[in-house]
Amino acid sequence: MSTIFLILILLLGFLITFQIAKASEYVGILKGEKKNFEQNNRINGFLMIVFLVMGLIGVYWCNELYKGKILGEAASDHGEKIDTMLHITLVITGIVFFITQILLFWFAYKYQYSEKRKAYYFPHDNKLELIWTVIPAIALTVLVGFGLLYWFHITGDAPKDAMQVEVTGKQFNWIFRYPGKDNIFGKKYYQNISDKTDNQLGLLWDDPASRDDLVVGTTMYLVVNKPVKMIINSRDVIHDVGLSHFRMKMDAVPGTPTTMWFTPKFTTDEMRKKLNDPEFDYEISCDQMCGKGHFSMRGVIKVVTQSEFILWRAKEKPNYARVMANKEPATPAQADSVKTPTAKINSEGATGLVAATK
Amino acid sequence: MSNEAILHGHAGVDTSHEVHHDEHGVHHHKETFITKYVFSQDHKMICKQFLITGMIWAILGGFMSVLFRLQLGYPESTFPWLEDILGKWAKGGKIQPEAYYALVTMHGTVLVFFVLTGGLSGTFANFLIPLQVGARDMASPFLNMLSYWFFWMASVVILTSLFLETGPASGGWTSYPPLSALGDASSGSKAGMDFWIIGMALFVVSSLLGGLNYITTILNMRTKGMSMTRLPLTIWALFFTAVLGVLSFPVLLSGLILLLFDRHAGTSFYLSDIFIASTNQALPNEGGSAILFQHLFWFLGHPEVYIIILPAMGLVSEVMSVNSRKPVFGYMAMVGSLFAIAILAFLVWAHHMFVTGLNPFLGSVFVLLTLLIAVPSAIKVFNWITTIWRGNLRFTPGMLFAIGFVSLFISGGLTGIFLGNSTLDIHLHDTLFVVAHFHIVMGVSAFFGMFCGIYHWFPKMYGRYLNNTMSYIHFWVTFIGAYLIFWPMHYEGLAGLPRRYLDYSGWHSFNQFGDLNRFISTVAMVVFSVQLMFVFNFFYSIFKGRRVTTTNPWGANTLEWTTPIHPGHGNWPGEIPEVHRWAYDYGKDGREFIQQTEPIGPNESKH
Repeated sequence: MSTIFLILILLLGFLITFQIAKASEYVGILKGEKKNFEQNNRINGFLMIVFLVMGLIGVYWCNELYKGKILGEAASDHGEKIDTMLHITLVITGIVFFITQILLFWFAYKYQYSEKRKAYYFPHDNKLELIWTVIPAIALTVLVGFGLLYWFHITGDAPKDAMQVEVTGKQFNWIFRYPGKDNIFGKKYYQNISDKTDNQLGLLWDDPASRDDLVVGTTMYLVVNKPVKMIINSRDVIHDVGLSHFRMKMDAVPGTPTTMWFTPKFTTDEMRKKLNDPEFDYEISCDQMCGKGHFSMRGVIKVVTQSEFILWRAKEKPNYARVMANKEPATPAQADSVKTPTAKINSEGATGLVAATK
Repeated sequence: MSNEAILHGHAGVDTSHEVHHDEHGVHHHKETFITKYVFSQDHKMICKQFLITGMIWAILGGFMSVLFRLQLGYPESTFPWLEDILGKWAKGGKIQPEAYYALVTMHGTVLVFFVLTGGLSGTFANFLIPLQVGARDMASPFLNMLSYWFFWMASVVILTSLFLETGPASGGWTSYPPLSALGDASSGSKAGMDFWIIGMALFVVSSLLGGLNYITTILNMRTKGMSMTRLPLTIWALFFTAVLGVLSFPVLLSGLILLLFDRHAGTSFYLSDIFIASTNQALPNEGGSAILFQHLFWFLGHPEVYIIILPAMGLVSEVMSVNSRKPVFGYMAMVGSLFAIAILAFLVWAHHMFVTGLNPFLGSVFVLLTLLIAVPSAIKVFNWITTIWRGNLRFTPGMLFAIGFVSLFISGGLTGIFLGNSTLDIHLHDTLFVVAHFHIVMGVSAFFGMFCGIYHWFPKMYGRYLNNTMSYIHFWVTFIGAYLIFWPMHYEGLAGLPRRYLDYSGWHSFNQFGDLNRFISTVAMVVFSVQLMFVFNFFYSIFKGRRVTTTNPWGANTLEWTTPIHPGHGNWPGEIPEVHRWAYDYGKDGREFIQQTEPIGPNESKH
């Protein structure tokens, strides 16, 4: 009912506008084309300056309204650099924005048609044009300079003592792997993946390095002030590890591992106190369209102290131990896969393997 | 082919036939309804076909955005009438995630390709190139006709895909594989994706036929005296647009064909190491690179945004100069910056891929080249502002949209400096900041360029004016609305809100903008309804608008205003006029305007 009502109101509004528009055209003809044009021109010229003033007020007001809602201080060392870069860019582009917009609308208002004025024939001026080629070029050199300085630092090699975590995206959640005590990730092969037998990453159990690997879902634990290097993978389509509080982001591409590193600055508890928000958590968002569950592909990062981390790791069972504990005679496929990792060369064998794990 | 031959030459032009008709210039072929309105070879009719098809697409594409804005603004509410329109895609009056992604994808595809490429270039290249260079028609009217009908077929295919049981393509307008390659990963990647690929392939054919024609016409069919440096800026812009299209669309096509192979022929161009959870199966494909598609796609995709914006720039330059009663400032610099933008367009594609794991050094090269584009863009903006400086401005609706275009281009261009800088892109990539940026700089701006062109040349197209009052309402509501929608959206992006999310309420970091989302959705609906008013004004004025009484209502210099009010096929009833000067002698030597056809006087000052 209310929908029909709404449509009726819209139609009515439209009809009124249309009638006014038609009437004003007749009035225009009665008034004479010239007078009508001059009147319209004055109104629009005036609106130009109104738009400029209201627009500038709006920009200020919008900033007041939302500046408190855009995340606050960056929670990683790289994030700080990105925020600095943001401020440099904001200042330079801000200056250009205000100058050009003010000139545009001010000129539009000031030089509106007048019978007395003659347009000034001014086809070109090499000096002026040179000036506004060189000045933007210099400004951009500054921006490129700072940008690349930070870029190379952020994308450079991770420190040697960085903790390593492997992140794998799948439709529609995240899987994290820690290398275990030996600090080496065990080998894996995607044909070996089996959700049923709790081998979500397709680890090859006959590689001893894989047996102490921790594989956990949803929540990732990181140590505060310790650099972390993420090795990012995907199991199916392209995802993206988006960490807005750390200001970091990297795609997860199937078949092509990517990396990123940073150092978290505050523990989750510190952030909760800082933001006065007991429910705060660092969230991992998927930032690359990955299917119908894209908008809900959420992960959590808990940044903890070193001792808390050791405690947590001690409690978690390695993936291998978990598999062994659950192992029942009904799943011989698992045993097969352990014995025949060479199947990957033989595609038929590999398909057979998958069929067997079903 | 000579100008006369184009009009009269059927397959195998014979010279005697040509000579026979040469003195007339108007042709005497009997025209039927079919040859005049359907399979027309008259560039002016083809222009109208492109324009009206584009408008239908724009309404559809805009309506899609209203639907998904409804979801974004009111994620908790249900709208039973949605189920009436969308059926199972909006069960219980709530848009399903699959439907949301399908709407977003089709909104992007339709507006980028079918409205702002086909609709914009197709309309104004067809209309203005022959009229402004002084030609009777395109170099090949027949190919020109085919260009429209391929566009039409592409439209039919894409439209059909909306009604598929598994839904249309829904992997975003960029349709990155593996998502777009695997029907098991997304229902939109089933038949819908095939339709999308076929539709796009037809679209590429249409664009190539059109583009080659535009280039040939501009290079070979200029009238006597019309040297390249006397061309109006519209023609220069359309020329570079056509060159960009011809060089980049085939790359997209090749990328899509590989995608088709991956989908149906078992190849592994883009696929590697994939396990599908929904079928619990690992695919046999190994060794492909999903990133390869992105390189191929953006090699078109980036020039594509210039294919959209360059014609708008050309139209705006022309309209601004005419209505400032002043020459466009720095003509050569304007041409040079168009050229620079066209070259750089091919060298910046990887800035869409900074966070794909691209080599950081390669990334840095693309940062440099991307930010370089800001220089020619800045030159253009300063030149536009100087064009209105000390002019005598007439705020015709076309002029208003031209000024609006410059304002939006500044705002959207400046945020491009954020995104082109890889350091900032790490944080801003794929957030709503990107959505706000490209909607302002190439979406709304290009629409403003298009409106500017429609309002300015409508009298030439139909011999009538659009209603002024409705035009002014259209401009101010759209202009204010565009800023209200997209300005605050930058803040959402700065807060890290990812794009292509249909509901942010499940996120602790992103749920603080509920009010803003509702506000944006409301404004979007208002702006959309005003566009409907424009469409009404357009069709009403074709039949009932105030009649144009003089051949040159705006007092403009270019050649199209030397034709009769209703030019026939062939444009000029007699000889094609000769050109003696550039297109921008406004306000020279105390005269308000001097048309291009007027010979240089003995006492005329030089510039």
